[in-house]
Amino acid sequence: MSEVEPSTGEAAVFWVCAILSVTGALGLILSRRAVHSALWVALTMISLAVLYIANAAPFLGMVQIIVYTGAVMMLFLFVLMVVGVDSSDSLVETLRGQRIAAILLGVGVGILLIAGVSTSLTGVMSVGLDAANAEHGGNVEGLAWLLFSDYVLAFEVVAALLITAAVGALVLAHRERWTPRKSQRELSEERVRTGTHVTPLPNPGVYARHNAVDTPGLLPDGTLSEITVPAPLRARGDLRPINTAAVEETAALAAGNDVLAPSEYPVADDPGTSPGEPR
Amino acid sequence: MSGEITFNDPWWLILLKVLAIFVLLVLLTLFTIWWERRVVSRMQNRIGPNRVGPFGLLQSLMDGIKLALKEEIIPKTAHRAVYWIAPVISATMAFCAFAVIPFGPMVSIFGVETPLQLTDFPVSVLYVLAIASIGIYGIVLAGWSSGSTYPLLGGLRSSAQMISYELAMSMSFVAVFLYAGSMSTSQIVAAQEPIWYCVILLPSFLIYVTAMVGETNRAPFDLPEAEGELVGGFHTEYSSLKFALFFLAEYINMVTVSALATTLFLGGWIAPWPLSLWASANTGWWPVLWWLIKVQLFIFVFIWLRGTLPRLRYDQFMRFGWKVLIPASLVWIVIVSAARVVRNEYSFTTQQLLLVGAGVLIAFVVGSWVLQIRQQRREEADIREAARELAKPFDPYAGGFPVPPLPGQEFTYRSRRAMAGATVAGSAVPAEATASAPIDGVPETSEEGEKDA
Repeated sequence: MSEVEPSTGEAAVFWVCAILSVTGALGLILSRRAVHSALWVALTMISLAVLYIANAAPFLGMVQIIVYTGAVMMLFLFVLMVVGVDSSDSLVETLRGQRIAAILLGVGVGILLIAGVSTSLTGVMSVGLDAANAEHGGNVEGLAWLLFSDYVLAFEVVAALLITAAVGALVLAHRERWTPRKSQRELSEERVRTGTHVTPLPNPGVYARHNAVDTPGLLPDGTLSEITVPAPLRARGDLRPINTAAVEETAALAAGNDVLAPSEYPVADDPGTSPGEPR
Repeated sequence: MSGEITFNDPWWLILLKVLAIFVLLVLLTLFTIWWERRVVSRMQNRIGPNRVGPFGLLQSLMDGIKLALKEEIIPKTAHRAVYWIAPVISATMAFCAFAVIPFGPMVSIFGVETPLQLTDFPVSVLYVLAIASIGIYGIVLAGWSSGSTYPLLGGLRSSAQMISYELAMSMSFVAVFLYAGSMSTSQIVAAQEPIWYCVILLPSFLIYVTAMVGETNRAPFDLPEAEGELVGGFHTEYSSLKFALFFLAEYINMVTVSALATTLFLGGWIAPWPLSLWASANTGWWPVLWWLIKVQLFIFVFIWLRGTLPRLRYDQFMRFGWKVLIPASLVWIVIVSAARVVRNEYSFTTQQLLLVGAGVLIAFVVGSWVLQIRQQRREEADIREAARELAKPFDPYAGGFPVPPLPGQEFTYRSRRAMAGATVAGSAVPAEATASAPIDGVPETSEEGEKDA
């Protein structure tokens, strides 16, 4: 076994990345927010990738970042963000004794790993990477050679497994359409044929104070136009109340009557929601 | 190993190169913003910024200073730490990607012979991809940590878009790797000495150019910042210097993908044809100029696209990426690798290969045309069949037990008396089905519908 003393640079990289990756691993289990956990894992993965590169395995390091940090972790983040932006785990134990069992098992796995790795470090003779790399002209070439010759079956089996998983996900998420999807053209033709709203629906009311989507527009006679508010809000009954005085005033104007002078204008019950301010 | 990847440069030279790249990128960003505004103005019959400095060149510098001095507003709902680190990730990753781009051949800097490139290793191009995928974190985290709906949607959108287009992008690299026999940027440039890859690998080049516009969130693929839908996208809640960092990152990414396109497809710093007749065009510092011109060409294309094309709809855009770009790159990779194998294993001339290729292409086009016509006929027949099926009166008990109507089928309510009559008359409806609960629970709406009718 050849003992090679690492250079100062390599030692520095090791200590920085080792501390970072262990911090990331601890952060994963200790942070309460799922998104923070995902970020800590990303940190661990990137630190490990840097260690791989420092250990003369640049391809492995890059692929680690592209596949794990860039794709797998990103998908996790995606799901976390879509499912619940603010969800954080509760610390109430649902399974009795689960925490103790988990700690015991974790320590056990740790002991096994340390034992296995230490035997391989002391008992196994290292051939050296340079000889292996030189055989096919480089690290990437050597890996490619192994993947597509000795391990081609395993490679293909893993590929088939992944494709099966992807197809399975597609099948599970697939929703069968009973009728063909209407194209933009068909939709517009349908609008013209029914003739109720050929143009897009009118906007919500736009006033000095409110242009929110739940503010209905007023028709010329002062009544509310419900179609100006999006259908989901209408269904929930979320129409912003309108100052009735303003509506009456508009109606009076429409009927050709005089309206009150600004000083006589009644004070609205809720000034925050009144579109008709004294002019 | 560590000496090789930095070309055995002394430490001060490495530092000098890092500084030069940093300054170059910042200057290029300032220039690109001005250039974009001027070119778009010309395309819209305007003049554009022309007041600050010669030709208005200092406009973006002034804008940058103003932006940095503005008040910073952080939403109350923001997650402070993540909100702070997101623009930092974006900007640093944008700078990092440039480390492997070759600017020129061997030159002498203060008596040291060194190539104009910070670092190079066997997987340089993968390094750019890896850095790009970390850069996406900046955008996703900015969207999430702002604690507001529009940024979240914008962040999700842009990361979905960047991941999808990164796939097409990395697939367009495969053909280049096959031809160059390497993933190191300097060797890819060297391999393009007689002929550039944009000529022999034209489909890869076109796929890359499309994907790079999607990758940088630029028009017509700028859906993450679709103002009409999402206000400003992921950076809606950012202001002052943090916003400036995102802005900087966006423009540096533009320069990076352009530089990568130059390196992989336009021969990097190699002089283009009429210039290459001049013996010393590819030596000394001249290649930096050719490189800059090529990169600016791509940036002009970016601006041109922005000035010309309207924004795509999101579903159309994703469909284009997944159903057109990725399958097209896969097919192209298969063709390229087949051609390589045939050339390596058998002794065919290029002419013979091209003839065979043309034959296969014609057969493919004709075959797919015939298949498409047959498919169309079959679909039309299916639709007619479905329409006939739907036109039949719907009988919920046809299968022996009650089922709801399919979309498009009308459920006509028959009263229990009529049903009973039908059973007595000896129809196929079994007696126990007639008496079972679902008939009692027939929705009232259908009864009303019948009354209306």
